[in-house]
Amino acid sequence: MSTGSVEVVYRGIFQKTLAKNICRGIVFAAKTQGRIGLAFGRYSDSPERNGIPAKQFAVVSDTEEELEEYLSRYEPDNNDVTICADDTLCKGVESWAWYGLQPINKLLKPNGTLLVTSMRLADGLIRDIHRKGAPYELGVVKGTASFSGLWVYKDDHTDVRLLGALAKVAPEVVSLDAVLEGIDDSVKQASARKAYDMVEPVPVAVDQGNDEVPYEFDLPGYTTMEECLVIRGMEKQHDVPGWDGGYVPVRNPTFKKYTTRTMRPVINFETCTKCTICWLQCPDTCFDVTPDGHYDANMEACCGCGVCEAVCPVDQCITMVNEEAFTDNASQWEMWTNDKENYSEWLAAKISAQPARSHGFHHIGQYAEEIAHESS
Amino acid sequence: MNPPRTATAKKVDIQAARAPRGESEELISGSEAVSHAVKLADVDVITAYPIRPYDTVMQYVSQMIADGEFDCEYIVAESEHSQFEIVKHASAVGARVFCGSSGVGWLYAFEALAVTAGLRLPMVAMVGNRALDDPGAFGVEHNDALSVRDLGWMLAWVATAQEALDTALIAYRVAEDSRVFLPCAISCDGAFLTHSQSIVKVPSQEMVDNFLPPYDRGDKQLHPDNPVTIAPQANEDWVMEIRRQSDMAARRAREVIIEAYDDFNDKFGRGGEPFIERYMMEDAEVVLVGMGTLAMPVKVAVRKMRAEGKKVGFLRVRWFRPFPTLELQEALSGVHAVGVIDRDYSFGSSFHSGALANDLRSALYPLATRPKVVSFIAGLGGREVSTDNVIDITNSVFAAANGGDIDDQDTYWIGVRE
Ligand code: SF4
Ligand code: SF4
Repeated sequence: MSTGSVEVVYRGIFQKTLAKNICRGIVFAAKTQGRIGLAFGRYSDSPERNGIPAKQFAVVSDTEEELEEYLSRYEPDNNDVTICADDTLCKGVESWAWYGLQPINKLLKPNGTLLVTSMRLADGLIRDIHRKGAPYELGVVKGTASFSGLWVYKDDHTDVRLLGALAKVAPEVVSLDAVLEGIDDSVKQASARKAYDMVEPVPVAVDQGNDEVPYEFDLPGYTTMEECLVIRGMEKQHDVPGWDGGYVPVRNPTFKKYTTRTMRPVINFETCTKCTICWLQCPDTCFDVTPDGHYDANMEACCGCGVCEAVCPVDQCITMVNEEAFTDNASQWEMWTNDKENYSEWLAAKISAQPARSHGFHHIGQYAEEIAHESS
Repeated sequence: MNPPRTATAKKVDIQAARAPRGESEELISGSEAVSHAVKLADVDVITAYPIRPYDTVMQYVSQMIADGEFDCEYIVAESEHSQFEIVKHASAVGARVFCGSSGVGWLYAFEALAVTAGLRLPMVAMVGNRALDDPGAFGVEHNDALSVRDLGWMLAWVATAQEALDTALIAYRVAEDSRVFLPCAISCDGAFLTHSQSIVKVPSQEMVDNFLPPYDRGDKQLHPDNPVTIAPQANEDWVMEIRRQSDMAARRAREVIIEAYDDFNDKFGRGGEPFIERYMMEDAEVVLVGMGTLAMPVKVAVRKMRAEGKKVGFLRVRWFRPFPTLELQEALSGVHAVGVIDRDYSFGSSFHSGALANDLRSALYPLATRPKVVSFIAGLGGREVSTDNVIDITNSVFAAANGGDIDDQDTYWIGVRE
């Protein structure tokens, strides 16, 4: 008598079909083992917007009654395994709801396993992941974030590789044989088996990981919430401490922040002409105006859309860089004013070292190029 | 929360109230009476889209504007949906608005009707009640206005042109009260009220200004100096609190309506009891209940039967939302049987009754002693409800009270050919 549950955290739209296939694969595999299961999305969390963190779940049980008992809650909150389909989500998840920042391991049970698809090593990921307050294991399935979404399905075997890895770290949820039985393509079966063989989870101790306390806030009641569906604009604020002469727009603390981001802009202040275009065009009003008239993209607010890079008229003045290269949201302008030489080295290193990262919408023909590149 | 108090008409000194007033008397239809109220309320934005019988009111309003008697933004929309969307937005920026429709036109605006109530935007609309298509028909049925009964719309049904004018003024005061901020529809039976003329007392501007304060959206107003966002997307962590706020507003509306009638009676010397009208209810053993213009044949029938010594009375429901639960409990708990005449239908509902009978049964259910409730459907599509029909209905209700062969778990269709 047992129930197993798996949470899949993914990028909305871009990885929707991938998440669905993983969850369906778990239920099918359980069925071949004579168990029953259910796969579902956290509906309101994912009215599926591009890149917005979203979740799907798979729950399998021995009996109908056990399954119902486990499912009689809004979402499984003690999963045997959490699968993170995009390693930039290791920095935390801001769901569509205004919960604040959820650590990626929040809904994982103690001693459960977090599986992440990443080209990074476990140490680097652990640095990004909030401390859980309980030990757990981390398994890395080597690979870039798959673009297997709603509109385009890139069949890169990420689904079967994650199912294979799942069978290794949680055989009580699904066995490898059951997973393989549900795959009708021998090449994909080989991929699943290889992932099973290769994944080597490492233990993560209570004191390992990012020790920041993720921000959160209280949900108001009907007597304390403003009536008539009114959301107040922020009060104007002109004197920003420490920014004499500059301007930092006031931002609503309850609005979604940075976890939608898979890339972030880095700015070359030496070549910037202060033309204001990035500041004007950023859809989220992310640019703080610095005392010397520069525009500093505030990383607490930036969603990583890439508009600033696209509109900046100066060649390579703004460059979008894979989010995994960064460990904090510190001000680039402050870094630059403190030590310009150091900053230009930092900038060059960030731009050159990081693998390109996008969801295929950067320029026309990009998807075809990527396929050609990967198969060569 | 304090329990809502039972409303009763305030005693007023009729002579004193009537004395120094610049009221005029005019021979006008129900629609024209509403257009007078709209002018007296100095409405800022009106949208129109023709559908009979509501369109009479837009004709009268546009005539007043053309004659230079009245100034407002008068916008003819391209459909009912736009018609209601425009006034919804105007209300959000703080404009007093008027709108209206009939039958399937009202339903074509349904999305806008839902969001107006959901956003807690005050609006006064006239529904010229009309049968829903199909069959295409012009005559009165109440199903059009009743379609919004669960959304936060306040719904009043009037029986005379005078009542239409008075209720429109009261509706502005209630809808725009910041304790309420909900839209209100005034239902006027198509043809019987919208198109027939009677003598109506039209109050002076001064009297109305003295009763109806300007619309003040306060700090909820959409304005460049008051930067707010309204109408957000919200998920299950928020929606229930928002619905509960609407529920509380609908509950508070009751008290605000009572206050408004008290003040209206004081200042105008008429207005009557909020929520219901009681006709020959003293010592009544059988009571008929209905809404709108069928009051006239019912009252005539009641008088005839009273002359024959039958203890029958009539209770006219004036406000369907908020539903006069307390008034009905208080007025009907002692009677033997109640006959509810619905000018609407709710196919497949409990006992196949209309909307009024169903809500009334549910209001009376908690009473220790409750009357038998017999439900009738009559007058659909504008068919006549004659005094003879009403007498037949009453006889059936008396029979039910006396243990006769009347099924109170069924609904009787009156005046329908077999
Ligand atoms: S990527 Fe640039 S334009 Fe987009 S949100 Fe961030 S700062 Fe603004
Ligand atoms: S768009 Fe480019 S050049 Fe213009 S202000 Fe922004 S960073 Fe500087």
